[in-house]
Amino acid sequence: MTQILFFLLGMAVVMVIIAGAGIFWAIKSGQFDDMEGPAQRILMDDDDPLIPRYADSLRKK
Amino acid sequence: MSGIEKACYHCALPVPPGAHYLVEIDREPREMCCRGCQAVAQTIVDNGLTDYYRHRTSMPAAGHEVVPEEVQKLALYDHPGIQKSFVRQEGDHVREASLILEGITCAACIWLNERHLKQLPGILQVQVNYATHRARVSWDEQVIHLSKILEEIQLLGYNAHPFNAERQEGLRRQRRAKDLRRIAIAGLSAGQVMMLAVALYAGAAVGIEASTASLLRWASLILTLPVVFYAALPFYHSAWNALRGRRLNMDVPVALAVVGAFIGSVWSTSRGSGVVYYDAITMFSLFLLSSRFLEHAAQEKSVEAAENLLKLAPAMAIRVEQDGQHLPVPVMELGEGDTILSKPGEAIAADAEVIEGMSTVDEALLTGESRPVPKSAGARVIAGSINLEGPLLLRVTSVGENTVLAGIVRLLDRAVAEKPRLAQLADRVAGHFTIGLLVLAVVVGATWWWLEPGRAFEVVLAMLVVTCPCALSLAAPTAFAAAGSHLLRHGILLTRGHALETMAKVNHVVFDKTGTLTYGKPVLRRIVTFTELGEPQCLMLAASLEQASEHPLAQSFLSRVTQAELAQVQDARNLPGKGVSGTIAGLRYSVGSAAMSGLPLVELPGDLPEGATQVWLCDAQRALAVFVISDGLRPQARELVERLKTAGVRITMLSGDALEAVAHVATEIGIESWHAAQRPENKLAKLQEFQQRGDVVAMVGDGVNDAPVLAGADVSIAMGGGTQVARASSDIVLLSENLLDIQRALQAGHDSMAVMRQNFAWAIVYNLLALPFAALGMVPPWLASIGMSASSLVVVLNAMRLR
Repeated sequence: MTQILFFLLGMAVVMVIIAGAGIFWAIKSGQFDDMEGPAQRILMDDDDPLIPRYADSLRKK
Repeated sequence: MSGIEKACYHCALPVPPGAHYLVEIDREPREMCCRGCQAVAQTIVDNGLTDYYRHRTSMPAAGHEVVPEEVQKLALYDHPGIQKSFVRQEGDHVREASLILEGITCAACIWLNERHLKQLPGILQVQVNYATHRARVSWDEQVIHLSKILEEIQLLGYNAHPFNAERQEGLRRQRRAKDLRRIAIAGLSAGQVMMLAVALYAGAAVGIEASTASLLRWASLILTLPVVFYAALPFYHSAWNALRGRRLNMDVPVALAVVGAFIGSVWSTSRGSGVVYYDAITMFSLFLLSSRFLEHAAQEKSVEAAENLLKLAPAMAIRVEQDGQHLPVPVMELGEGDTILSKPGEAIAADAEVIEGMSTVDEALLTGESRPVPKSAGARVIAGSINLEGPLLLRVTSVGENTVLAGIVRLLDRAVAEKPRLAQLADRVAGHFTIGLLVLAVVVGATWWWLEPGRAFEVVLAMLVVTCPCALSLAAPTAFAAAGSHLLRHGILLTRGHALETMAKVNHVVFDKTGTLTYGKPVLRRIVTFTELGEPQCLMLAASLEQASEHPLAQSFLSRVTQAELAQVQDARNLPGKGVSGTIAGLRYSVGSAAMSGLPLVELPGDLPEGATQVWLCDAQRALAVFVISDGLRPQARELVERLKTAGVRITMLSGDALEAVAHVATEIGIESWHAAQRPENKLAKLQEFQQRGDVVAMVGDGVNDAPVLAGADVSIAMGGGTQVARASSDIVLLSENLLDIQRALQAGHDSMAVMRQNFAWAIVYNLLALPFAALGMVPPWLASIGMSASSLVVVLNAMRLR
């Protein structure tokens, strides 16, 4: 009983350290600089190309 | 306004009769109101960005044509000396700069800018921040220049200004990252510790092996360490600073509770019996850190938006060269002894001496004195002060980068430093509370020591934890943060701390007419001439004179003629509320209200449109022409008036315009109390009259002539598109330009005050109830920490209702 508790508590501490490191990295790389942008950006259709794709592939040939 | 008028497809302003500007969008011809909008829409269509019209949720400002002169001005930004201050070099050809985008009204605007810039060759990366409207652009110097990028943004109908990101923003980003790290630590720890605490509570209820309980406590202790030694550091700092200054603030009891509870818990843990408060420590730290973070974020957003507005202050000045040419140059390039021209309504670029011209100058930003100061030849003017009336020719006496900065810093400091009075009250209350609590703790501790020494420490600790003023300290900041971010999301910017509090008390709203209730974009509808001078000549004379005016009507003249047609005007005088006079080719002319010239009136044709403004052009002897100009009402004006009336708020309209025009608008939107032909001093007198009657007055305005009135009102609201003076002297800026937001701000003021009061009441009642039980040793440890967390949670959740 106590042994498994030791193991689980140790796991918890390790997980917290990993999660903390992850969040620190995310903060450092600027992912929290703009909290609203990503939510808006996903709604905009960015993916219809101005030049149709087949024209692009023709050019490559 | 008649209902048959069409709205511009691009900016939704009414299309003036006779205008014919078409652009084909989604295979249908759409009508625009002016050449500017047409040009912008055409650019959008040509670049395959018509999706913008599908996605947008609010209307942009009316477009304006990019004239070659402006493009020339932009070319200055390519100068390496100027770029030094805001462009970063990365590698040989790669440059990066931060830009402030002006004119963003919704998410689609940002999409439009990002997408269009990304299509340009040579652009490596574009990232627009949705919250701050600032863009980071990196480009290849060999392929494209900064001026081209700025020009492309202008073609889309927006304005971009480069700014130095390193200085203010760098600091702000660092602090924000630090705050976020602390919150993350507190959050992670709180989650784990809470989990273990549940096990301990359950164990206390149904039985748990002593060794297991001890293990869980030690684990909690380890998980709490980062909170106590890292996340809670700001509390200690602030408390220490206060104590050193012989003050008590909210953080003193907070720090005391955190440290006390931790020491007590460690002691209990090492002894293997007694009470632990790890869960309470971590939870409370998390709550307090997050609510302060939110409050900070809302404030910073306001400051950033205010900065964006102020960045429009002169980065450029008009230098008068030896050969008399007017050359736009960056302020940084000005040197001592240069001659510059200052136009009315603009900030003065450098400290200088007046060579020619007469005007008044608003130095409120620098001196706090809101009355305009008259200046004539020989007088000194301060950089950053605002020229109100006539053009001034200046000789630069000293330069320095602190020109605009002085103003920025003032506005920043004011916004950040001016805590709402209630928050200050909370600090004071906390001070008294802490003293009382400490005295009581000593008394209770001594009593227990005398009666039952074994329990003394435990009881005192429970008392400190239970009565920890967390709820009290959270009451004001959470409410203010929630209300502030709610308003900002709707484009309402609070620039001064007291704005919300005062809004709650407002019972009288005073409106300016032009630019506030109306669009302030008047259109010249008709010209009636009385002499042998034809329409084109009269128009040319009037437009030349109007160059010197900042009055919104001036634009309607200037937009009808090209720069080349304008004549040289000498000795231009701008009389606010009346008009402009000046000498052209040796003859004296005046343009303005009928009363200005003092000449006998000429009979007008009977078919002039009702409610339109008449502008008279006169020479020394007679009236030459009358220009009929009218302006479109903002669509929300009538609804706003109705809503305010039902809310029991008195409404008055004060306008500098002519009687008929004001009367027409007043009846149109249902305002009974109005005064026309008011000069700024009359407006201020009227305002003070209302205040003496005991009214708390909110003034809404936009123009130069409103600045003193805005400064005199209890709380002032400026339209985001108004002049810089108006924005600088106001407490609230309506970036959204939506009139109904005035009612929203009023409502938010009432709501946040109500929430603050509820929070205070709850915190005080909770503490008063808990204290005697804790002092008597009747509060079990689990109840103490639950009580502490729950009382904070109630306050936070109550404040969140404001969002």
